[in-house]
Amino acid sequence: MSQTSHGIGGLSYDAKKRPWPAEFNVFLALVILVAAFELIGRVFLGDSFLFNTRENVSGLFNEQRLQIIILQVSIVGIIAIGVTQVIICGGIDLSSGSIVGATAMIAMSFAQVATVNGNPNPKAMFIDYGWTDLPVIVPLLVAIGCGLIAGLINGFLIAYTRIPPFIATLGMMVTARGIAKWWSKGQPISFPTDSFAAIGKGLMPVVIFISLAILFQLILTYTKYGKHCYAIGSNEDAARMSGIKIANHKVLVYAIAGILAAIAAVVLSSKNLTAQAGMGVMYELDAIAMAVIGGVSLSGGRGSIIGTVIGSLIFGVIISGFTFLRLDAYYQEMVKGVIIVGAVVLDQWRQRRRAIGA
Amino acid sequence: MSDIVLKTENLTKHYGGVHALQEANFELRKGEHVAIMGDNGAGKSTFVRQITGVEQRTDGKIWFDGKEVNFSGPIEAREAGIETVFQNLALADDLDVPSNLFLGREKVLFNLGPFSILDRKAMRKATEAALVRTAVKIPNLSSTIRHMSGGQRQCVAIARTATFASKLIIMDEPTAALGVQETAQVENIIRTLKENGEPLILVSHNMRQVFDLVDRIVVFRRGRIVANLRKQDTDGNDIVAYITGAKTGQAELQAA
Repeated sequence: MSQTSHGIGGLSYDAKKRPWPAEFNVFLALVILVAAFELIGRVFLGDSFLFNTRENVSGLFNEQRLQIIILQVSIVGIIAIGVTQVIICGGIDLSSGSIVGATAMIAMSFAQVATVNGNPNPKAMFIDYGWTDLPVIVPLLVAIGCGLIAGLINGFLIAYTRIPPFIATLGMMVTARGIAKWWSKGQPISFPTDSFAAIGKGLMPVVIFISLAILFQLILTYTKYGKHCYAIGSNEDAARMSGIKIANHKVLVYAIAGILAAIAAVVLSSKNLTAQAGMGVMYELDAIAMAVIGGVSLSGGRGSIIGTVIGSLIFGVIISGFTFLRLDAYYQEMVKGVIIVGAVVLDQWRQRRRAIGA
Repeated sequence: MSDIVLKTENLTKHYGGVHALQEANFELRKGEHVAIMGDNGAGKSTFVRQITGVEQRTDGKIWFDGKEVNFSGPIEAREAGIETVFQNLALADDLDVPSNLFLGREKVLFNLGPFSILDRKAMRKATEAALVRTAVKIPNLSSTIRHMSGGQRQCVAIARTATFASKLIIMDEPTAALGVQETAQVENIIRTLKENGEPLILVSHNMRQVFDLVDRIVVFRRGRIVANLRKQDTDGNDIVAYITGAKTGQAELQAA
């Protein structure tokens, strides 16, 4: 006999029969996916996906591959954190990839060295003003300012003109990409200071991604802000009747998403030691995909940062697995599209099943 | 005068040319449970919407808790102490019971503006206390509203109004969409509220329910109050006669 604990009012409630948290299913999918690649690798390539098979390197796991998996998703993952809270709140943000592009260009131009190999830096836009070798805080603040402004514009448009988030952020997506190209007339900007380059060095992107993920998981779970995100995404009318200031909250949500996109821009341009106008193209969709794969419901109200992090790992495993199986990059994109649609179909199916009380 | 919780004088609402509510004079005393009855479009919900500030009245005055009031919105009315259970439940499906009870007025451990840390333990305890006080039965506080039956949802909505020492509770057809057992559960909660001396306005179509629960019945017809009767002075046939217009009752109102 299972132990029963009692609910309010004498009703019996079996805590053991609680449904699994949604994140558990996502994690299961990740495990299955890794196992599948491992199996296919062993059978067809005679190589292991997960474990170390080289004799000149010690260690149980193929650490190099694991690092690449997490490193390549950590920058889009930072964006996905912001996108997750936007989607939980019932919105969508298509502008994050372009915000990355524009912010990278603008921030990079404030992170230039004065001389390259003894010659004046040809890329330094502000060399005439003497704005070179600035302390790293300057490009950082410039970047956060850019993300904040873009996010605030998104937020105000959505909260006060009541246009759909899809349209507002689509406008920002096009505009921000234009700004990225206009800023240096299409030229890439390189030669950052050492202190700026340190931000994205080695495993720093992973550290930044995980720290931000933990921070926002805590914010969404334990603060008023988080609770209101779920409430608005779940039933906006109920939230309004309960006295939550919907407009203010939405502005804040999109502003934070903008800032996170800006942080991703800094990490990315620092890691690549250059900024280009085409940076971050399609990142918005990758970020949305990570969230959706991680169990964040596009209809709002459900999901978590933990889910998104696992979703980003699934994303990384797929890309890395395709490389491991020596499949062309074309296939990656095709499969990516299928996975995004599949995850949404799965979410719809889950909701319908829940609605009929199964 | 001091034991009057709510009083309206000549409360009138026109929607363009439609006179939805005309010169409604209404009084509610402390601890009293009053039912509002009437046919569809008789002005019941319009009346409730003027009191709760959801809409702005065309004319008339409202006194609540001894003061004349002009609520600009439902939130202001709630802050003044009028809690309303709406026909379409104002609950967030994806949140659990404590989060719904305290939505928009969360208990906070550290105040950091929007990023204030929630006091989840205290909210859970207060929720348990509120549910016990209103005799609401919920198997598991941490499951989301989505997983609950219509009756349980309605109970949570009612428990929410009762949690916050409100001065007046208004329920707009709380059992319209519920089954027999669920209706009984909601009615039990209303009885508990009566025992606790909390005043209530109940909008209902259910004659049996009204005679079971309330002290006084007010009948609306074509935007006017046509009857205001104590339960023991009337019966079902009498009320139906007022609702359908077979009896007009203006004379009796004047006499009362």
